[in-house]
Amino acid sequence: MSDLVLEAKGLTKRYGDFVAVDHLDLNIRKGEVFGLLGPNGAGKTTTILMLLGLTEPTSGEVSVLGFDPARQPLSVKARVGYMPDQVGFYDELTARENLVYIARLNGIPGNQIKHRVEEAIERVRLTNVIDKLTSTFSRGMRQRLGLADVLVKNPQLIIMDEPTQGLDPELAHEFLDLIHSLKAEGKTIMLSSHLLHQVQEICDRVGLFSQGRMVLHGTVSELARKVLGGAYRIQLQADGPATKLRKVLEELQGVNAVKINNATIQIEAQKDVRADAAEAVIQAGGRLQSLSVESQSLDDIYTRYFEEVRNEKVN
Amino acid sequence: MKKSTKPLRTRDEREGSPWTGLGAVLTKEMADHLTGARMLILEALVVLTAVGTIYTALRNIQPGANNEFLYLRLFTTAEEPLPAFVFFLAILVPLIAIALSFDSINGEFNRRTLSRLLAQPVYRDALLMGKFLGGLLTLTMVFSAIWLLIFGIGILRLGAPPTSEETGRALWFLLGTIFYGGIWMALAMLFSTVFRSSATAALASIAVWAFFIFFWNIVVELVAPLIGPDQITSLEQLVVASQTQMILTRISPLTLYADITTIMLQPTERFLGFVLPVQLDRAIEAPLPLAQSVLVIWPQLTGLIAATILLFALSYVLFQRQEIRA
Repeated sequence: MSDLVLEAKGLTKRYGDFVAVDHLDLNIRKGEVFGLLGPNGAGKTTTILMLLGLTEPTSGEVSVLGFDPARQPLSVKARVGYMPDQVGFYDELTARENLVYIARLNGIPGNQIKHRVEEAIERVRLTNVIDKLTSTFSRGMRQRLGLADVLVKNPQLIIMDEPTQGLDPELAHEFLDLIHSLKAEGKTIMLSSHLLHQVQEICDRVGLFSQGRMVLHGTVSELARKVLGGAYRIQLQADGPATKLRKVLEELQGVNAVKINNATIQIEAQKDVRADAAEAVIQAGGRLQSLSVESQSLDDIYTRYFEEVRNEKVN
Repeated sequence: MKKSTKPLRTRDEREGSPWTGLGAVLTKEMADHLTGARMLILEALVVLTAVGTIYTALRNIQPGANNEFLYLRLFTTAEEPLPAFVFFLAILVPLIAIALSFDSINGEFNRRTLSRLLAQPVYRDALLMGKFLGGLLTLTMVFSAIWLLIFGIGILRLGAPPTSEETGRALWFLLGTIFYGGIWMALAMLFSTVFRSSATAALASIAVWAFFIFFWNIVVELVAPLIGPDQITSLEQLVVASQTQMILTRISPLTLYADITTIMLQPTERFLGFVLPVQLDRAIEAPLPLAQSVLVIWPQLTGLIAATILLFALSYVLFQRQEIRA
């Protein structure tokens, strides 16, 4: 309990016959960045709304920072910052005025509001436009202001829904850097995204969503090990006697499987065996053309997992 | 008081006060209304009609001659081609009220600010109540200002200060006007919770307004004979028929407001609706005292307030159950 910031058990949400979230179990520990990943419509936003008490779960239990969002929504919302997808602001107000309103709603004492708002805006580097109308803001600026909006209340847990959606790669990267720096300050962060490769690098742990269920969860390398067979996939191209190459490579320590397709050899291994593999190929009389290790991409894990699920169904 | 001393809450009890954050919402809504271009246009419209009708009224009122209730006659005196100010009020107040709140909830939704707001530690109660009270207070401020303006012009041109009786009547009339606005505001707010598009909500409110202005009397004339007596052969049946008709017309807030206007601004009017000559027998042709006039319009006034609260309660229930997902 002590370092669990968020705990959900058997969380379910039904809309009529449609099951949006299906018996979800979720734990988030203090100080980690958790990624709720999956395609659009998989139930990510519904899950987030239930965690905040903005939608009542059909069944199941949630505890956020020790509070029940359905029964103690004010305590939860005072401590949790939520950044919705496509965050909106009052266009006729300035950035400062927009945030002051939020600060007031949070009951921040009047004499602290100015300081807190300026600090939050400084944090997302928007100080130079603090008194500009938000109607003039670009997509990236709005997104950053959305983060400032969350920071005003100094939350213990930050929940972001699709924070990088609609941002170009550079802006997205910049935004992820911001999130990363928040983690460095010890904030607990949960974010949802359907852009797996973007958030992969900043998430400590991820949960993969599909049709309302969290089908996989763990660190990226754990998932890779679970789904891709080995955590490392090494590709090498070499000329030489195929059977002999296969034999020496399979004998290497840590290698799970070797697939040979013409001159391309694919090795699945528990560790990075590139050096050993190169040595083995040359000793076996092969001529090494290229050698590379595939990065463990969440996209691969996701696609691969669903290929397997589909295959299982077909069989 | 009881809540704070209780150490543990039962599961059914909601945490904290539903009014947390009400002040913040109220302040913002009023600031929005008072600085918005929409309000500026409406204010200009009302002030123009007020000044215009009051000046034509003043030309008709000769100081000295029959100088009873001069100030009240400022509201009610008409001269061709301009109708009296009260007529304009009956038409304009609904429009102003609708204009202030037809996008109160769906506007937040469409700007995508609603989920951000509700993620703050406030209940939906505070948001809806703050919006409604913000609108109602804005109405109160605007009409109070106009009342003062009218009395100001009156003092300048008539040279005599208003009597306490006149002031009292004007204040009751102001109260009636505010809640007449309240009904339409609550209606527009209800539509703004029901319809996701602000334009639809505005149109629906205007449709109801137009229906009551143009068609309600026709509907009453069609429906009243159906539910009243078949044939009118006796006096009792005549009374029943006319009372049925009156009850039906009073479903319209316009009728209620017209009743309040008549009784409050024309103190010699002492009855509403159908009166038998017998009832007027030995009545003295004299203005009613204020307290008596208030008694006459009491049902109308409470009716307006009750309808406002009812409509607000309905939008409250709908808003509480609404999914905020975009």
